[in-house]
Amino acid sequence: MSHKKMVLPLLDAALLRPALRDTFLKLGLRAQLKNPVMFVVYLGSILCSVLWVQALLGQGQAPAWLAGSIAVWLWFTVLFANFAEALAEGRSKAQAASLKGLQKSTWAKKLAAPQRYGAEFAMVESFDLRRDDVVLVQHGDVIPCDGEVIEGIASVDESAITGESAPVIRESGGDFSSVTGGTRVLSDWIVVRITVNPGETFIDRMIAMVEGAKRRKTPNEIALTILLLALTLIFLLVTVTLLPFSAYSVNAAGSGEVVSLPVLIALLVCLIPTTIGGLLSAIGVAGMSRLMAANVIATSGRAVEAAGDVDVLLLDKTGTITFGNRQASTLVPASGVSQAQLAEAAWLASLADDTPEGKSIVVLAQRLTEGAGGHLDDGKVGRTALADLHAGLTPAGASFVPFTAQSRMSGINLDGRQIRKGAADAIRRHVEALGGSLPRSLLQQVDTISSRGSTPLVVAEGAQVLGVIELKDVVKPGIRQRFAQLRQMGIKTVMITGDNRLTAAAIAAEAGVDDFLAEATPENKLAMIRDYQSRGQLVAMTGDGTNDAPALAQADVAVAMNSGTQAAREAANMVDLDSSPTKLIEVVEIGKQMLMTRGALTTFSLANDVAKYFAIIPAAFAVTYPQLGLLNVMQLASPASALLSAVIFNALIIIALIPLALKGVRYRALGAAELLRRNLLLYGVGGLLLPFAGIKLIDMLLSLLGLV
Amino acid sequence: MMTAFFWMLALFMLLLTLSVRPMGAWLAPLASGTLPGRWRAFDAALLRRLGLNDAGMGWRDYTLALLVFNVLGAVLLYALQRLQGDLPLNPAALGAVEAGSAFNTAVSFVSNTNWQGYAGETTMSYLTQMAGLAVQNFLSAATGIAVAFALIRGFARRESGDIGNFWADVLRIALYLLLPLSVVLALLLVSQGVLQNLSGYLGYTALAGHGQTLAMGPVASQEAIKMLGTNGGGFFNANSSHPFENPTELSNLLQMLAIFLIPAGLCHAFGRVVGDRRQGWAIYIAMSVLFVVAASAIAWFEAQGNPLLSALGADGGSGNLEGKDMRFGIAGSSLFAAVTTAASCGAVNAMHDSFTALGGLVPMLLMQLGEVVFGGVGSGLYGMLVFAVLAVFVAGLMVGRTPEYLGKKIEPFDMKMVALTILVTPLLVLAGTAVAVVVAPGLAGLANPGAHGFSEVLYAFSSAANNNGSAFAGLSANTPFYNAMLGIAMWFGRFAVIVPVLALAGSLAAKKRLTPTLGSMPTHDGLFIGLLIGSVLLVGALTYLPALALGPVVEHLAIWATH
Repeated sequence: MSHKKMVLPLLDAALLRPALRDTFLKLGLRAQLKNPVMFVVYLGSILCSVLWVQALLGQGQAPAWLAGSIAVWLWFTVLFANFAEALAEGRSKAQAASLKGLQKSTWAKKLAAPQRYGAEFAMVESFDLRRDDVVLVQHGDVIPCDGEVIEGIASVDESAITGESAPVIRESGGDFSSVTGGTRVLSDWIVVRITVNPGETFIDRMIAMVEGAKRRKTPNEIALTILLLALTLIFLLVTVTLLPFSAYSVNAAGSGEVVSLPVLIALLVCLIPTTIGGLLSAIGVAGMSRLMAANVIATSGRAVEAAGDVDVLLLDKTGTITFGNRQASTLVPASGVSQAQLAEAAWLASLADDTPEGKSIVVLAQRLTEGAGGHLDDGKVGRTALADLHAGLTPAGASFVPFTAQSRMSGINLDGRQIRKGAADAIRRHVEALGGSLPRSLLQQVDTISSRGSTPLVVAEGAQVLGVIELKDVVKPGIRQRFAQLRQMGIKTVMITGDNRLTAAAIAAEAGVDDFLAEATPENKLAMIRDYQSRGQLVAMTGDGTNDAPALAQADVAVAMNSGTQAAREAANMVDLDSSPTKLIEVVEIGKQMLMTRGALTTFSLANDVAKYFAIIPAAFAVTYPQLGLLNVMQLASPASALLSAVIFNALIIIALIPLALKGVRYRALGAAELLRRNLLLYGVGGLLLPFAGIKLIDMLLSLLGLV
Repeated sequence: MMTAFFWMLALFMLLLTLSVRPMGAWLAPLASGTLPGRWRAFDAALLRRLGLNDAGMGWRDYTLALLVFNVLGAVLLYALQRLQGDLPLNPAALGAVEAGSAFNTAVSFVSNTNWQGYAGETTMSYLTQMAGLAVQNFLSAATGIAVAFALIRGFARRESGDIGNFWADVLRIALYLLLPLSVVLALLLVSQGVLQNLSGYLGYTALAGHGQTLAMGPVASQEAIKMLGTNGGGFFNANSSHPFENPTELSNLLQMLAIFLIPAGLCHAFGRVVGDRRQGWAIYIAMSVLFVVAASAIAWFEAQGNPLLSALGADGGSGNLEGKDMRFGIAGSSLFAAVTTAASCGAVNAMHDSFTALGGLVPMLLMQLGEVVFGGVGSGLYGMLVFAVLAVFVAGLMVGRTPEYLGKKIEPFDMKMVALTILVTPLLVLAGTAVAVVVAPGLAGLANPGAHGFSEVLYAFSSAANNNGSAFAGLSANTPFYNAMLGIAMWFGRFAVIVPVLALAGSLAAKKRLTPTLGSMPTHDGLFIGLLIGSVLLVGALTYLPALALGPVVEHLAIWATH
């Protein structure tokens, strides 16, 4: 039930307008104080503007046009950074709003007084249900909301939550009375009292939080901000001390003039890490956005960060590694029964069974019969009957026997034939009641199939047992490669299953996981997580059931399925709206991508400084020491154009990198050493070289346009 | 000329590299606090007898003990200098050291800087030299090594509240490491002709016919720890260019090796204690690469000579020999200059002020990089490890994990301490220089006008704040202004770095140690070594490039512009 991904275009006209508005709103002192690096630029812009006015009045050190140009570009630098943040936040809000639309409404049969089976009911939308309302859920209905069974007994398909294909029995009173919204009643009926109000569900609260978005900085973001602040202070020191150094030099050389304040401010802004400083919060917001685009809501940015660090993934076998529903793989006829005979009976018994297992039996029976040169369509059932069957109708002379919690069998009565399929003991009781028996040899087959981790379904016609259908766990295609990739990224995969060791080992080997936990219980799951953590590893897991809650709370990254129980969702730090068991892998990649983007832009920002020095130092001091003109390796036209080019490059690079900040750098499933090599080359060496070209280009443009 | 230098460099690096493993093996048990069998029994008995123990301390207690110990040391050293006139072992009858100079010297020796505003033979009595300066040479070295040990433990320990016991550390380092090494080196130096006596100064009639005085003293005993402890304070004013301190080429080689011996060995000890020797070798290689490049650059620039002198036919193509002793020549002087400034030793066998503009820039830059290329005993390693944390923090993000070094996550508190550490020395150097080139008392000390004068001041503050102690000799620094300013720079350059480093050690020790996986950033391979070198150079260059441009770079361009 995966929803389509919401991929927002990078620039959406609808998002642009509010983003532009916010860009200017963020010019307030309070907003600027949040980001120390950009705050320095902000102060520089104000100071430079004042100096410009002063120059216009004829009292400035620098020419008015130069001070003015610098001031304008410094303001642009501030605005560009504001824009990056505003755009990221706008996208994030838009996504949160659309997430709400994902919650599907269903129809519910709300019971009138006396709120018991048989009372009148009205059809209402599930969103309109309140706590303590009572609804009737019948065969085939979806349970509209979390609640408690107060009357009746039914088999419920909870595979959407638990991944376990076998239906479970829910009845009033006792341990099996709670039902979850979104699951389906397969047989019989129950009366359910609703236990939550709409809009109060866990998801609702989380979306509200994302929207309200007083985004707290994550630990790594704080640490990075500290580093950026330290660098900013160092560069502040460097530029401030240049004033006395320059005064001394002018004095010593007896020529030139002391470097002017606008020049120093320009140098300062160019040197401090504005690129990463301006984009840092946008990167964080965009990380959450990417997660939301994958239909996962994280309770904090911290969780996203932790996802990048995960060393061990605990994955449920069912639904993640194997298909949630078992599939028919072989037919084993009883002695004296032909394969074709068994196939035909299995086919007939399953035609009306629209569970995935039933459908897989139909497919297998057809394939086996056709492989043997026959076919199943003719003769056995009349053509009209067949058409009826395909149309989902009951053919004349036939009646389906649906699965019930009591009989634990299903089948068809057709032209006097009674065909049934079901669990071995249910069928045995059935045939014994008719005077038949379950042959001993077949019982052995049933045991063999069970020991393989497969489920045996016995087929009988009348009192005669025809054979066994093996329903097998099928490992998802491509999952093996996925695990190999994870291994290369340094992430270990562990399969969690309730199966016995032998079965688990067989499936683990087939899927290529690194380790498995068989006969898993909440206790040994928790113990396993603690064990990994004590060895210094970070553990991620998905869970849904209430008994997963302790393990979810213990895990470093815990993704709860939206369809899971309240307790599970409270214990987790992310909720997957799709309830897709493989989502964990995606979450890890998103976490890594966010951290990589942060690192790449920091490296890029720092490496940029080298070129800026080569542009500004000769420009600032060439009048004092003409020899320093030799450091003007870019051959920039004039000191003024050198200065302006550096400042303009510094501002434009923020705009240029907004797409990278929002989309994130590309993630590849590689080992750390290889990733580091690639990224260092791209963002380190690239960051070193690019500004030389960029500044030169801007300088040429400025000269060409005669602006300097 | 360069050929002779490269042979000497190769021999030096070979001998040094051979020493790394045994030195590491010697240092590692001291660092981890697990002395082998019989040694442990002796150690326990000794501690008991002295009323000490080796119960672990938290980082705050450790820091407090360290600060108290060093403040007391400074006070005692100050008192000794002021009272020396009334104390024995003063054959030259030297009076009390002037208060400003005594303060400066006390701070200088306690902070392992050994900046000397005074001339030893005309200022300090034998008692002050032996019981004051030499003792602090041991103790300041032991302090530095103790801090390095604490940081190593921070990385090695898991969820631990303590980083060792300061008193036990200092005692063990002085007694089991510095003392035996010093005895051996002192004897080796004596064999080369270094003085060791308590005689009065000798008067004699020189060839020119007028009387001269030969200063005497217990030189060798002080010389050994001066090198081994990267202190660098000479017994005589001429330091290691004095024939009684450094008589032969062999003594020159021994002195250079002695400077790097412990800093290099500490790298290996680090690798041993954290349980992955490759980590130690990576640090050692990063330091070595920076050192070899810097040393070669100095030799190359010196070999180019001074075009102004060459034009006059003054140097006959022999390179720049101004301020160099012919016993050592360009090769021996350049290598020594690189060693003494790469390590925060500060002993000199040639006058750095007389180096070519760029030949003098390199030693200055080596200090400005934060004394992390081998650096001071202990301080070099802890400084380099701080840079490693910084490099890992930025680059580590690029592998898609929150940064970790040796399995320790780098979190906000750690980053705060790293930030403080890298902020302190630029603040002291740049702000100090800025004040000195503006105010009259600062400008009064300048012997040379223009860019070279600027270089002298910049060098002095770089040297003081990074606890090197060598000088561009042109600056008259024994004035109240420079004694005070440089004294402040030395004190905070030492202890304002040590405190955050110890806090970092404490924070790291308390963390879990994560198991490295394929997904963790490797910190032992060539890429990391390059990254570490890059980070050191980038931070250093970005901080000091403008100042260097206005000093040595301009000077160089001016001299060569006409040629």
